[in-house]
Amino acid sequence: MYSQGLIGADGRTEETEDFLAAFQRRMDAEEKIEPNDAMPEGYRRTLVRQIGQHAHSEIVGMLPEGNWITRAPSLKRKAALLAKVQDEGGHGLYLYSAAETLGVTREQMTEELLSGKAKYSSIFNYPTLSWADIGIIGWLVDGAAIMNQIPLCRCSYGPYARAMIRVCREESFHQRQGYELCLTLSRGTEAQKAMLQDALDRWWWPCLMMFGPHDGDSLHSDQSMAWKIKRFSNDDLRQKFIDATVPQGEYLGLTFPDPELKWNEEKGGYDHGPIDWEEFWRVVKGGGQMNRDRITARKKAWDEGAWVREAALVHAEKRRARQLAAE
Amino acid sequence: MANETPLWEVFIRPRNGLSHKHVGSLHAADEVLALQAARDVYTRRGEGNSIWVVRSVDIVASDPDQSAENFDPTAEKIYRHPTFYEIPEDVGHM
Ligand SMILES: [Fe+2]
Ligand SMILES: [Fe+2]
Repeated sequence: MYSQGLIGADGRTEETEDFLAAFQRRMDAEEKIEPNDAMPEGYRRTLVRQIGQHAHSEIVGMLPEGNWITRAPSLKRKAALLAKVQDEGGHGLYLYSAAETLGVTREQMTEELLSGKAKYSSIFNYPTLSWADIGIIGWLVDGAAIMNQIPLCRCSYGPYARAMIRVCREESFHQRQGYELCLTLSRGTEAQKAMLQDALDRWWWPCLMMFGPHDGDSLHSDQSMAWKIKRFSNDDLRQKFIDATVPQGEYLGLTFPDPELKWNEEKGGYDHGPIDWEEFWRVVKGGGQMNRDRITARKKAWDEGAWVREAALVHAEKRRARQLAAE
Repeated sequence: MANETPLWEVFIRPRNGLSHKHVGSLHAADEVLALQAARDVYTRRGEGNSIWVVRSVDIVASDPDQSAENFDPTAEKIYRHPTFYEIPEDVGHM
């Protein structure tokens, strides 16, 4: 998910004009680019960064929801949450392998995440404080992710597009289980309804930020559009998301925490209040509530798994040697 | 990070009667772990009933820079297609 708000894309490139024009013609003809094809360095670099950021987001995204697996209120909810979190891990793995076809290694990408050099979606730097957050995340965070990801299924880079098709096929369950969870709470006790409203109040604005800065402030976005990496602008996708989501929230009897949110007959969509971009940049740059915890958790998993990775490699080597000896 | 875990390509047969098809790749120390990981990563929703894993380094691929000379000439060889030959209608379906 979450790659629309690509942070710090750098599409600069130094090939000859003829080469770039020929590449652009392939793009304009909607041709797909495959791993060993000639491509501008800026195209490759943009994709490595975007797919990497996307993969990291899937992996870090397992943490806020994983936090509630042991406390799920029923076996059904626990099984669903476990399956969803496992899917997110799978999404990360599809995406890492798509990025690796561009000549980066998994180890490099992991190092960049752990050192803070690579970013991931800012939404995962918010804490999951109540069970209602799990419903809201499925409904809104995965819902926003779906909006971002569907156009990526047509991305010009073949391996990324193929990975996204697999991901999108699985996301719909994520959103539906979340909405159903919210629906259950909305029909529950007063305390449950209040818990749901509180979760919406906390998550709504961060979800709108998932689409990234306004079009006017979104650097390098034109180049990504020309290269068919990106198909819709940040603001267009955000608008689509709001228009689809508000009626769903009203059905749940919820109030969106935006007094300026109202239907605009003329444009056929909702108007909304200003987004706090200072908060967005603060969280992206590490000042969110959970930034440190997330990276600490990933580091711990990586460091404590080191001996397992080493042992598996040594064991594989030993088996190979034995096989050779037996032949 | 000197010790990189090897990369494997994963192929899955959706059901008997169909060929295995490439679905993606993954990292694993050996073929046992590669098969196990492929099952977890690529078959969570009944995607298939058989998995092949092949080390990525063992795949030999054609050069994309030579794809024009390799594959374009077939477009001119229209006599390789049945529609190139005219058979009188009286002969019936052939
Ligand atoms: Fe996902
Ligand atoms: Fe998801």
